[in-house]
Amino acid sequence: MPRQLLRNGAVVADEWVDLNDAPLPQDSRAVIVGFDRWRNERDNLRQYAGKLGVKLEPAHKVEDLAADLPRLALVAANFPGPGDGRGYTQARLLRERYGFSGELRAAGYVRRDQVFFLARCGFNAMDLPEEELPGASAAFKTFSAAYQSSNDAGLPERLARR
Amino acid sequence: MYRYDTMDRALVNERVEQFRDQTRRFVEGSLSEEEFKLLRLRNGLYIQRHAPMLRVAIPYGLLSSLQLRTLAAIARRFDRGYAHFTTRQNLQYNWPALQDVPDILAQLAQVEMHAIQTSGNCIRNVTSDHLAGITPNELDDPRIWCEIIRQWSSFHPEFSFLPRKFKIAVTGTPDDRAASQVHDVGVHLVRNETGEIGFEILAGGGLGRTPIIGQVVREFLPRQHLLSYLEAILRIYNREGRRDNLQKARIKILVKALGIEEFKRRVEAEWLLIKDSALQLDEREVARIRAFFPPPAYRCLTDRDVAADQEKAFKAWYRYNTHAHKMPGYRAVFISLKAPDIAPGDATDAQMDFIADLADRYSFGEVRVTHTQNLLLGDVEQERAFELWQALRSAGLATPNIGTLTDMICCPGLDFCSLANAGSIDVARQINQRFDDYDYVYDLGEIDIKMSGCMNACGHHHVGQIGILGVEKHGEEWYQITIGGSASADAALGTVIGPSVAKAEVAETIAKLLAVYVEHRQEDERFLDVVRRLGVKPFKERVYATPIAA
Repeated sequence: MPRQLLRNGAVVADEWVDLNDAPLPQDSRAVIVGFDRWRNERDNLRQYAGKLGVKLEPAHKVEDLAADLPRLALVAANFPGPGDGRGYTQARLLRERYGFSGELRAAGYVRRDQVFFLARCGFNAMDLPEEELPGASAAFKTFSAAYQSSNDAGLPERLARR
Repeated sequence: MYRYDTMDRALVNERVEQFRDQTRRFVEGSLSEEEFKLLRLRNGLYIQRHAPMLRVAIPYGLLSSLQLRTLAAIARRFDRGYAHFTTRQNLQYNWPALQDVPDILAQLAQVEMHAIQTSGNCIRNVTSDHLAGITPNELDDPRIWCEIIRQWSSFHPEFSFLPRKFKIAVTGTPDDRAASQVHDVGVHLVRNETGEIGFEILAGGGLGRTPIIGQVVREFLPRQHLLSYLEAILRIYNREGRRDNLQKARIKILVKALGIEEFKRRVEAEWLLIKDSALQLDEREVARIRAFFPPPAYRCLTDRDVAADQEKAFKAWYRYNTHAHKMPGYRAVFISLKAPDIAPGDATDAQMDFIADLADRYSFGEVRVTHTQNLLLGDVEQERAFELWQALRSAGLATPNIGTLTDMICCPGLDFCSLANAGSIDVARQINQRFDDYDYVYDLGEIDIKMSGCMNACGHHHVGQIGILGVEKHGEEWYQITIGGSASADAALGTVIGPSVAKAEVAETIAKLLAVYVEHRQEDERFLDVVRRLGVKPFKERVYATPIAA
C-alpha cells in the first residue's frame, strides 16, 4: 500500500516521491527535492516532465524560493522536532506574501496536536505518522474560532471570527 | 473588566477538552514524556520538586471577587490551602495532582480563567501597571491594549513554537510599575509632538542569566498598528532567534547580536509589508474593548486627610499601603502579602475568600495583583479606609510595608522549585526577623529587596536596589548580593558587591549596606541614589571589612 497522508482534510495516498539524491525518474511521477539540490540543479530540474516539489529546512528563507514558485506544485517544510516553529512562518509567507497556491506540506515531526496551527498557517497537507492518521482530521476542529485572521487552507470549514 | 463573549468562552472550554485528551494520551502512554512536556507547558503545568506546579493566568493582574473565590476553592480542594502570586501577576499552585489538572482547568473556565500560555516557548500572559485606569497621570488605560494583545496572542498559530518564552508588558504612565524594560517587549503609551497618543516600543529586555535593559525599537507607533508591529517583531524573532542553545534563545540575545539599529531595520522592513493587513486595528474594535473598562460608579466625593486624627498604626498603614487615586475621595489600597512570617506572595484560601468579600464591600468587586506580589483594592473610599484597615488587620493582611525594605519580591526557591540552587523563603524570614523595627525601616525610605533562588531570576534580583541571588557552593546555599538595580522608569542592573555570603550572614550583610547608606545619604536621597552617587566601593568595603563567617 502506498503511504498515506492528510490532505485537504482527507486521508489520501501520497503520490509524491521524496527523491533525496536519487536521479530523476523516467516515468514523470511527482518528485520532491531538497532546497539545496534545487539550488544546485535548478536549470536541469526545471526541464523535468513531471510535477516538482521542494522541501525547505527551517533555516531556509522562503524569499530565496520565491522566484521559482510558479514552477513548483508543492513546497514542503520540514519540522525537525516538536519545538521548532520556523516552518509556521515559512508557510504564512508562502501563502500571504508570495501567493503560493500549490500543496503546502508539513513534513518531519508532525503530530495531531500541531494540525490545527499548521492549517491556520496555510498548510493543506500533513505527513502524520500512520497511527495518527485515523481520526486526525478531527484536529481541524480543536477550536471553533480564532482571534487571528489566517490562511485556513485545508480546513473543512472556515472558523468563526468576530 | 473584560467579560468573555461566546467565542472566548468556547475557546477556553475547547482548550480544557484538548488538554484533557492530551493528559489521557500521556497517562495511557501514546504521548511520550518529551511530547507531553511541550503540550503541558502550554497549559502552565510544570513538574516541580515535590509535585506539579500549575500557573494560572491573571490577565494584566485583574480579578473579580468571584474569580478570587474560585482560586481559593481550588486551593482548598486540589492544593494545600494556599497559592502563590507571581511577579507576572499570575498565580501558582504548588501541589496539584496531574490527574486533577483537567478538572481544575474546567473549574477555572467556569469563571473565565485559564492557564493558557502561562509557560512554554510562546507569548506569555501580558502584564501591566496594577494602577491602570486609576492612577492620576495616565495617558490612556493600558488594560484596553493588554486585552487586545491577549486576544491576538492567544493560540497564535505562527508564534506558538518560538525559540523561547516571550513576555510583553504595557504601561500607561511615565512611571514604570510593570518592569516593562526587562520584558522581551515593553509597550509604553506615549504622546507625540502633535498630541496624538500612540506607543513607544522597546525590545530585548530580560533578566535570567544575561540581564539586559530593553532598547527602543520605535519611538512612536500610531495606535492602529500595534498588532502588526508586534507581529513583525515576533516574526523576526521566530525566524532568526537562536535555537541551538536554550541559554541564548531569548530575543535579547538576538537584539544584542544584531545591534539595535540592524534589529530595528529588519523589524521595520517586515512591518512595512504587513502594516496595512487585517492586523490593522479597527477603531470600532478598540471601542468595543474599551467599553469593557468603564469607570465604576464612583460617588462624588472630596479628598480628606482621613489619617489625621487616627492612631499611629493606621497612619503608617495609610501612608505606606495606600496610593493616590485619580478620583477625589478615593484611594487605591494595597493588601500586603509580605507579613513577616509567610512566604512572600503567598495567600491562604481563607485569606483569598476574605479579600474577595472585602473587594465586594469596598472596591466594586475587583482585585488587582501587583508585580511585586501584593494585592490591591483599586477604588476604596477614603472615608472607609479605617474600617477596611481594621478588617485587613484582623486577617494579617495589613502589614504596613508596601515599598519598604520588607516588601520583598521572592521566588519560591529551593523549597518548591526544581531549578533553584538555594532557598529564598527562609532568607526572607531571616530578613524580616532582623528588620522588625518599623521606625528604622520607614526611615530608610523607598527601597526594595528582590531575591531569586537561582540564575533564572524569577525574583528579579538584578533589578532590586538590593538583589539577592541564591547560589550553590560545595552543596551549601550561598548568596550573591547586588546593589543599585531598578525595575522602574530609571531601570538599571545592580552591581555585584563581592564574593557570595553564607546563608546565616545575609541579613547582617544587608544591615551593613544599610548602615553605609544612612551614613552617606543627603537629604531625601534614596538608597539607589546613594549607590549611584558613590558607587559600590564604600558598601563593599564595609561588608568585607571583617571576614565573612562561613
